[in-house]
Amino acid sequence: MSIDLETAARVAKLARIRVDEDALPAMAEEFNTILGFIEQLGEVDVEGVEPMTSVTPMRLKRRDDVVTDGHRQKEVLSNAPDAREGFFAVPKVVE
Amino acid sequence: MSDLNRLTIAEARDKLRAKEVTSIELTEACLSAIEGAGALNAFIHHTADLAREQARAADTRLQKGEAPAMCGIPLGIKDLFCTKGVPSQAASGILNGFKPEYESTVTQNLFDAGAVMLGKLNMDEFAMGSSNETSVYGNAVNPWRRGNDETALTPGGSSGGSASAVSADLCLAATGTDTGGSIRQPAAFTGITGIKPTYGRCSRWGIVAFASSLDQAGPMTKSVRDAAIMLQTMCGHDPKDSTSADLPVPDFEAMLSGDIRGKVIGIPREYRMDGMPEEIEKLWSDGTDMLRDAGAEIRDITLPHTKYALPAYYVIAPAEASSNLARYDGVRYGHRAKLDQGDGITEMYEKTRAEGFGPEVKRRVMIGTYVLSAGFYDAYYNRARKVRTLIRRDFEEVFAQGIDAILTPATPSAAFGLGEMEKADPVQMYLNDVFTVTVNLAGLPGIAVPAGLDRQGLPLGLQLIGRPWDEGDLLNTAYALEQAAGFVAKPAKWW
Repeated sequence: MSIDLETAARVAKLARIRVDEDALPAMAEEFNTILGFIEQLGEVDVEGVEPMTSVTPMRLKRRDDVVTDGHRQKEVLSNAPDAREGFFAVPKVVE
Repeated sequence: MSDLNRLTIAEARDKLRAKEVTSIELTEACLSAIEGAGALNAFIHHTADLAREQARAADTRLQKGEAPAMCGIPLGIKDLFCTKGVPSQAASGILNGFKPEYESTVTQNLFDAGAVMLGKLNMDEFAMGSSNETSVYGNAVNPWRRGNDETALTPGGSSGGSASAVSADLCLAATGTDTGGSIRQPAAFTGITGIKPTYGRCSRWGIVAFASSLDQAGPMTKSVRDAAIMLQTMCGHDPKDSTSADLPVPDFEAMLSGDIRGKVIGIPREYRMDGMPEEIEKLWSDGTDMLRDAGAEIRDITLPHTKYALPAYYVIAPAEASSNLARYDGVRYGHRAKLDQGDGITEMYEKTRAEGFGPEVKRRVMIGTYVLSAGFYDAYYNRARKVRTLIRRDFEEVFAQGIDAILTPATPSAAFGLGEMEKADPVQMYLNDVFTVTVNLAGLPGIAVPAGLDRQGLPLGLQLIGRPWDEGDLLNTAYALEQAAGFVAKPAKWW
């Protein structure tokens, strides 16, 4: 399995991280080193083994579906890079 | 009274209760020690005013009597913990300026018990690293040196600032977190004790998430007794974390008898790695002898899937990280990139994340994205989760055979020089976690205890792995090991 430049660019796009074109070859090489290491997992016989979903077998707790918190607009927005009139502000999304 | 910052939690607690010292005196001693230790770059956000305020409140409480064990104890808090109104940025540029409006459950538990926060501690960015070299604040430095050699060494990672601060007596103890070894490896590199409890013991609420199925908080302390005292306060059920265990927390300190007669200690043959340094091998066999001499039965065991733990970890942890770190989009908190004319929301995400994340974080987020992407999910992610099942099963089988705890080295080497791994490929750095990562994958408790010095005078640690939810028994075995090893060395002050 080898990652080419096109795959590296696609992964960067999916991860929403801008990567300059000239940084792609080094990145692809690093990916290949790491994936080469991960490839070892192919040696393991996993026939009939369930993938782990919870490391400590436990039933998730349930609670009544009621409002437990709220009315915290000021706190919610207090760390926003750009907040206006009680909302998060972002560049135009709708064409 | 001088050197109050050098006290253990247990010593300080007894002196506070006997009214021999006050919390404000302890706190001032630590604040001066911190002031003189800029060269270690361990504390990266200082909260002296808050510390004094908390110390005065603790003293009032102590005056009234019946204060909890942690009351008035000055601590350092890893930057991964959200602390209300205090910068909490997981050592990342993307959380620049972030001041949470809430308190993490673990720090809240500590504060409720009267503990004092001196400041926030350096770490690897988003806890991704084994040397504290990926931090936006720069490297934390190990107070230990190789004899008279002035080379700056790593305190380990990701809880490098915590390890450096405790080892250098800048605080009485510190919080750490451990996803693949981030408490135990730095503890071993700096000659201190660090325990990662069973997954679910400590609430993860308010701790910046790296890999949610692996992350656990734990104490980093100067002794096993201190680890027992502080862990007790940190854990407990929390409805705000759905994976938090609703189980009673025993009195860990009361379980420290040092009597391990009849306990069965497993020595896993798969941990004897090719090319393991002789000194690590010797430390391990010395530790085995110590436990045998203390009356434990030593048994060779096998954990056949050990070899696959690191590769499985480097699928699962990045996969979870890519999902957890998707929230850093420049909208709700932290950094947002300056946009060019015509840039839309996608450009905002891409530029913000390119600027805000460091290289190791980007690498892991992208590896995680890749292994979760269409066509590779089964080949990588599902296969790794199946291997994880097998790794846990290995442990279940040896525990079912009557093993009480497992003894291994904590790290494959002593602390290395900062910058020494720069040219190595990322996988070389990942090998630091080879002895610790199995414990996270299996959700077990593990503790690193300092057990000796190498030829260059650097500390080395041993790891004990326990049964799930049996931290009390594990701490007691660690206590017996600590007593037998008699590790008392401290780094010579150069900073």
